Amino acid sequence: MDLGFIIAISTMGGLGFLFAGGLALADRKLRVEENPLIGKVNEALPGANCGACGKAGCYDFAVNVVEGKAKVNGCPVGGEETAQAVATIMGVDAGASEKLLPIVLCRGGNAEAVKKMADYYGPLSCSAMDLVSGGEKMCYYGCLGGGDCVEACPFNAMFMNEDGLPEVIEELCTGCGMCAQACPKDIIEMHPESHNVFVYCKNHDDPKTSKDVCKVACIGCGICARKSDGGVVMDNNLGIIQYDVIDPDKIPFDKCRTGAIQRTDSKPDQDINLN
Amino acid sequence: MSIFSKAKSFKGGVHPSEFKELTEKSAFEVMPNPNMVILPLKQHIGKDAKTLVKKGDTVKAGQVVAEPDGFISAPVHSPVSGKVMKITKEKNVSGFPAEAIIIKSDEENEIEFMPSLDPETVTPEEIRERVRLAGLVGQGGAAFPTFVKLTPPKDKVVDTVILNGCECEPYLTRDDRYMIERPDEVITGLKIIMKALGVKKGSIGIENNKPEAIDVMRKAVAGMNDVTVDVVQTKYPQGAEKMLIKAVNGREVPPGKLPMDVGCVIQNIGTAIAINDAVVKGEPVLTAAMTVSGLGINEPKNVIVRVGTPLVDILEYCGGVKDTAKKVVVGGPMMGVAQFDFDAPVMKATSGLLVLTEEEINNPEETPCLRCGMCVDACPLNLVPTKLARFSQLGRLEEAEQLGITVCMECGTCAYTCPANIPLVQWIRLGKQNVIRLQRERQSA
Repeated sequence: MDLGFIIAISTMGGLGFLFAGGLALADRKLRVEENPLIGKVNEALPGANCGACGKAGCYDFAVNVVEGKAKVNGCPVGGEETAQAVATIMGVDAGASEKLLPIVLCRGGNAEAVKKMADYYGPLSCSAMDLVSGGEKMCYYGCLGGGDCVEACPFNAMFMNEDGLPEVIEELCTGCGMCAQACPKDIIEMHPESHNVFVYCKNHDDPKTSKDVCKVACIGCGICARKSDGGVVMDNNLGIIQYDVIDPDKIPFDKCRTGAIQRTDSKPDQDINLN
Repeated sequence: MSIFSKAKSFKGGVHPSEFKELTEKSAFEVMPNPNMVILPLKQHIGKDAKTLVKKGDTVKAGQVVAEPDGFISAPVHSPVSGKVMKITKEKNVSGFPAEAIIIKSDEENEIEFMPSLDPETVTPEEIRERVRLAGLVGQGGAAFPTFVKLTPPKDKVVDTVILNGCECEPYLTRDDRYMIERPDEVITGLKIIMKALGVKKGSIGIENNKPEAIDVMRKAVAGMNDVTVDVVQTKYPQGAEKMLIKAVNGREVPPGKLPMDVGCVIQNIGTAIAINDAVVKGEPVLTAAMTVSGLGINEPKNVIVRVGTPLVDILEYCGGVKDTAKKVVVGGPMMGVAQFDFDAPVMKATSGLLVLTEEEINNPEETPCLRCGMCVDACPLNLVPTKLARFSQLGRLEEAEQLGITVCMECGTCAYTCPANIPLVQWIRLGKQNVIRLQRERQSA
């Protein structure tokens, strides 16, 4: 029998046992207690690591859910199903996870908004345009048309229409809200589907200025607010809708001279009187 | 100095076409008072001034119409006598509307100045108080309240005052003309600054493309042993504080520090004149001297106008714009702001109004980065513009921060040299703002 053969086997075997023992010991002594829920939640998630929830990835989201820092229905990609699964693991009610939709609160596209007497040259990004005299349009509150929201959408659910305004494809939208975060003018707001009245304008200018800068601006006349019983409140020449008290039937939509306030569940008024 | 010795300078930079010949020989003209002035409450860096007048009030020229709010702020004086029409948001050369007082001139020009002081016997406290009351702001473009610069914190030791006569922006010739026409007042202004800071050494940095000004100033300082004229190389951005210090006395201002940290205070030539006027004549800042130039204006000239004069009046005074005019810029062509509304008013620190034609502006198509590194060589602050712009574009703010994006002074040298026409400085400017916002969020968290 070759002695070297035995020595080799026993050396390697011995080393194997030694390290295995070391690992076993380390597992005991150095163990980091992790909440077992984290692993379970992680498995229930889609695993796309898209970051649409605002966290670094699915695992990070799972940690945040277990620590109570994120909502169980916070994964926009998984939708209802995932929310239900995560809620079961966490032992809570998934809640009425009403889907949020981004609403673009500006209708002043290339055809409606008045442009400044200058062209913009530079990076084609809304936030860069905003730094240069507040963009190409005379309105300092309106959509810049640079498409930062479209760029930010992880699900290709947005596009710029012919008028230079972003539009949402509701079938593809998961309600993650990345577009709203990307907008430097805060024109995009996330609303639950139950909201059906919107003032499609963010302009706080005085009536004369706002009329001059855009055909479809809210000029702050306040007709809607006076008839609404508190459903619309005027704030610095702009109507702000109070969703908990508004009654759409009380709003005189046809009286709005620029058509800034509109109802989404009925067909939008096509014949807007622009005078 | 022999003509073979190399003028002092800094590393990097560019030398754009100067176009100074359009106005460098034309003496200052005083423009008649406008019918109406628009006085923004914020003509400086810092907090807005608080208005002291209301609609219908009559004011005299030199009267304070808005007082400073806080330490870093400056008062606003009415440059004409007349009646306050309204106080409202008005057009502004920054491109964003801002609160302003609108005064209709009554043409009587009743003047109310402060008593004059003797520059020989005046004390440092008196100088600082006078400079604060006169509403002086830096004339170099940034419009930092001057008295703040004359009030260094106790732990900073200042040993040199440098007057900035570089005027490295193309077209502009205001400081050049100031030195040629009013050399003694420049020196008096410098002496007053030195007295306020208790400094024994003064220097005037002038680019070597202004031989006449160098000559005049050399004669004016002849026999003085505390003031020197330093000739520096003609190169953009030689007039930036940090670049000028490097050229004049070889000191380097570390990133995130101020000239005061290396014992220097820099003031513009225009500021020295304004300090002289405030102390010797008791005159607050009522006028802005500026260069009106460019191939698109009929009569390029150097003018002295009332603060608050609408740009349209100045363009008219200078013979109107030609049909070929394409772009109007307030400030220099490198760092100035393009205008879309000519009703916007001149501010205290406005130094130029340029009407440019097609051949002077250049908006070529952007092509991919060549990785040639020309921007890196040109950056006077030793940054890596190509990387900073890319990180800003991709929203990778932490990495941009590590590479020192906040150090950038937005001089635009990188974008000027870029053979691929990438809007580098524009991207960096955006990234810089985002990084500063990130830092603020971190601080408040």
